[in-house]
Amino acid sequence: MEFLRPAGWDEALAAKAECPTALPISGGTDVMVEINFDVHRPAALLDLNRVTELAEWTIEDGVVRLGAAVPYARIIEELSGPLPGLALAAHTVGSPQIRNRGTVGGNLGAASPAGDSHPPLLAAGRDVAVEVASRARGTRLIPIDDFYLGVKRNALAPDELIRRVHVPVADGPQQFSKIGTRNAMVIAVAAFGLALHPRNRTVGTGIGSAAPTPRRAVEAEEYLRGVLEEQRLWESGAPLGSEVVQRFGELVRAAAAPIDDVRGTADYRRHTLSVMARRTLTWCWNDYGKQIRSAA
Amino acid sequence: MSTRTIQDQKNLRKLNQASRHGIGASPLRPDGTLKVKGEFAYSSDLWHEDMLWGMALRSPHPRATILSVDVSEALKTPGVHAVLTHEDIPGSKFYGLEIADQPALAIDKVRYHGEAIAIVAADHPETARRAVRKIKVEYRVLTPITTEEQCLHPETYGYVHEPQEYKSHAHGNICHEQRLVCGLGVTDEVRAMADVIVRGEYEVGMQDQAFLGPESGLAVPAEDGGVDLYVATQWLHVDRQQIAPVLGLPEEKVRLTLAGVGGAFGGREDLSMQIHACLLALRTGRPVKIVYSRDESFFGHVHRHPARLTYEHGATRDGKLVYSDARIVLDGGAYASASPAVVGNAASLGNGPYVIPNVRMHALALYSNNPSCGAMRGFGAVQAAFGYESQMDKLAAALDMDPVEFRRLNAMAEGDLMPTGQRIDAPAPVAELLRRVKDMPLPPPLDPTDPDIRTLPGARSNTSHGEGIVRGVGYSVGIKNVGFSEGFDDYSTARVRLEVIGGEPVAMVHTAMAEVGQGGITVHAQIARTELGVEQVTIHPANTEIGSAGSTSASRQTYMTGGAVKLAAEAVKQELIARGRRRYGWTQHDIELADGKVVSRSAGVLVPMVELLGDGAIELTREHHHRPTQPFDPQTGQGFGHVQYSFCANRAVVDVDVELGLVKVVELTAVQDVGKALNPLAVIGQIQGGCTQALGLAVMEEIIIRDGEVRNASFTDYLIPTILDTPPIPVEILELPDPNAPYGLRGVGEAPTVSATPSIVAAIRQATGIALNRIPVRPEHLTGTL
Repeated sequence: MEFLRPAGWDEALAAKAECPTALPISGGTDVMVEINFDVHRPAALLDLNRVTELAEWTIEDGVVRLGAAVPYARIIEELSGPLPGLALAAHTVGSPQIRNRGTVGGNLGAASPAGDSHPPLLAAGRDVAVEVASRARGTRLIPIDDFYLGVKRNALAPDELIRRVHVPVADGPQQFSKIGTRNAMVIAVAAFGLALHPRNRTVGTGIGSAAPTPRRAVEAEEYLRGVLEEQRLWESGAPLGSEVVQRFGELVRAAAAPIDDVRGTADYRRHTLSVMARRTLTWCWNDYGKQIRSAA
Repeated sequence: MSTRTIQDQKNLRKLNQASRHGIGASPLRPDGTLKVKGEFAYSSDLWHEDMLWGMALRSPHPRATILSVDVSEALKTPGVHAVLTHEDIPGSKFYGLEIADQPALAIDKVRYHGEAIAIVAADHPETARRAVRKIKVEYRVLTPITTEEQCLHPETYGYVHEPQEYKSHAHGNICHEQRLVCGLGVTDEVRAMADVIVRGEYEVGMQDQAFLGPESGLAVPAEDGGVDLYVATQWLHVDRQQIAPVLGLPEEKVRLTLAGVGGAFGGREDLSMQIHACLLALRTGRPVKIVYSRDESFFGHVHRHPARLTYEHGATRDGKLVYSDARIVLDGGAYASASPAVVGNAASLGNGPYVIPNVRMHALALYSNNPSCGAMRGFGAVQAAFGYESQMDKLAAALDMDPVEFRRLNAMAEGDLMPTGQRIDAPAPVAELLRRVKDMPLPPPLDPTDPDIRTLPGARSNTSHGEGIVRGVGYSVGIKNVGFSEGFDDYSTARVRLEVIGGEPVAMVHTAMAEVGQGGITVHAQIARTELGVEQVTIHPANTEIGSAGSTSASRQTYMTGGAVKLAAEAVKQELIARGRRRYGWTQHDIELADGKVVSRSAGVLVPMVELLGDGAIELTREHHHRPTQPFDPQTGQGFGHVQYSFCANRAVVDVDVELGLVKVVELTAVQDVGKALNPLAVIGQIQGGCTQALGLAVMEEIIIRDGEVRNASFTDYLIPTILDTPPIPVEILELPDPNAPYGLRGVGEAPTVSATPSIVAAIRQATGIALNRIPVRPEHLTGTL
């Protein structure tokens, strides 16, 4: 197995162009497990740890540009304000050691339906995009809705690397919940991300571990958007009726297409999605209501 | 947080003031800091110049006929030094702990998923891995025999071992069975004496020992044609007993030395890589190291028997047990391992620490094409305790009695008879343990207004901010035997040497005891200090140069090998005093060793030990045998079968998210009688560890098998408790001496693993109102989504 160590971004793109089967590695929390378990024996590893710009983030024009190699521990520490949903998800990743090494770029590269970053990225809105680049064609932005193609398949071309992810700074409450059969260090049995977007009066959702790819609960988003609009709840911040919360949960549940596996049954996954959807909606809306009332 | 109650140790008080680090003190383990800092040398760290790496090819099928094995391509791989199959075995092709029914390498058929078929030695592990892939095996895949129904109807579903292949008294697919009848047994007349009858069927999933140090060792060929094996194991001598015949060598040419062990819990009682490494080393003439990967480890050792248990209990209106009728079916998997002894334990301990006048019990272990099962902490008593303790709660509910009071009313005590007819001739404070565990203060109630989510079910997964959380409390008590049973003489040997080194008296303790993390070497040093009045004690590496120390299992090592160290140290002490009498003509009868001196209570210091020892070391070896036991009668189960009993009572407090089916154990309290705590800190550690392993079985730990195939051979999907799952475990220790045991001590390590699981399930039942007849309890059971 070859081990490529580019000193900078251009070198990394060149290496990837020359050796498209090279597997990028940063924290190694996923790649090394697969190698150790002999699941995956890539011809080459492309170590991105010397490409320091990947471990940086900036905020420009209300958008967080999060380097692919910023570890979860720093997202929790530095970005809980602008990216509350992603920070909550980062809290649920592995152990402290894993959070010190693991990255959102790794989650996106692996594109596992169980990746913890995906639901909050989907929920954060349609402007979320993954910035990728190749030596031949330069940089392009892949909208998050077009990024996940199948189980562990994403929209990257073989010569492309993930550079950053662009996520709008939160303009409303965000929540994230994850089910696992122990209280830490679990792969998600099911996960749900929710974001309220008061500025454009939309609702974002993301479902994890309950379909071949991470996905949004589009009907649930539309239903809730409609109710908030019709009942002028964005303006009033008045409590949601219990039937609204219930219906939202049912629509999230209906959006999932889970399987039975060793981690949980499909029925359980559906069931937990409806509960998580109801609870996260209640928490988000309570927070939103408080903001409205304190602003009034 | 722990309290310690000293009951009565007057008759045990020893002249111990001289040694601050003698028995009863809590000196720290020498390996503790190294392990925490990652500096401890485990068996997987072994290295030898010119060594090769061994690796096994394992069957992907649980049941298949092997039509052919072609190793030619593998042998041609550069860097490969040997590829062996069963045809290359020089001696006996079978081994086993109790029944030699397991081929060292598969012969013409495989009986479980992961069975080793061929082994490779290469100069690099990656080369070995590639060579393993090049071995071509042609299988005829057969439908595996995996369910109780299939196992018990071999004429329809087939035999795991064909009848002509049986190595023991097996019949059908039954590896071993034990019946037990006491009192009048269970008849219509007996049933008529009961006012209340409850029945239940229970199921226990397959738990794994989940030790962190994978199976590993290094075999070094010797000039005399023998082999030196450095290995992580639980019992050096019984390993050797099984290895030597397969190698075709006399035992003295197979020499074992214990390497650093990263946990065992029963999983290292059977052989894993030992024979394979030795075969490869002897074939290649080079040292061979084998280290299992994590997934291979799940295939490389036996597990806890999954069980199906049926219990019927009758009681009078005023709460006295009348009878118990039970059947325990254990899935032993492909090979016998320790199944017969596990069956004996399940049958003899399967009615719990209760006085039950009439009992009928049938326990059996099946051969199947599931993974082999054998020893794991609790050994047959764990599965049974989930059954009988669930029944006690059911009976209490049916009688409208408090579950603790109901248990206390029926608790056995010293002088009572076991269902085996064995009289309990040492303290059995079952009712007292229950009273104390109930009296321990409860944790504060959940604050629903502003809970810290880290303390809730789901914790940082952020599934609840207090919604759906219900608290429950449950109690249980259990019984475990200590030491090997049914007539087995599992003696221990110890050699103690006392000499002057650097102007100080120094003791050296040599045993073959496997230190697997239990703290035995710390205790051995404490015993030597107490008996010999010295401060400096060296522990000799454990090896087969000395006689057997028996297994580090059955809660027996402090009792048995600790007892041997005590005997040897006492003999050395007597020899030293005798030397003094000869030299100085002492006539006092109150001579002891303390603080490096020979002292008389009446006459004071007689002489410094250094002076009396001079250049003449004293070295003596002693064997320690426990009192003899008897086999159980196969039909009635009667017999003086066990050496000693150990009891623990627990209270579990749980919070359950009843909507999501997530559980957080809030507190798990234990009260245990340990006879005498030789190292109180280590005893508390054992009890807390045992409780944690029991917690794992209650709510998460299970090897998932589908049609004989293991589905979760990784720590990603075989979940063990993290620190966020492990609650505070307050421990109260009673010290009621057992007159038959060294220092009055009682084996500690397993009783809490037996008793704690049912208390957690009882607490979840109380919180949810759901019956819960299977462990581990999964979120699906609590949400109706299975």
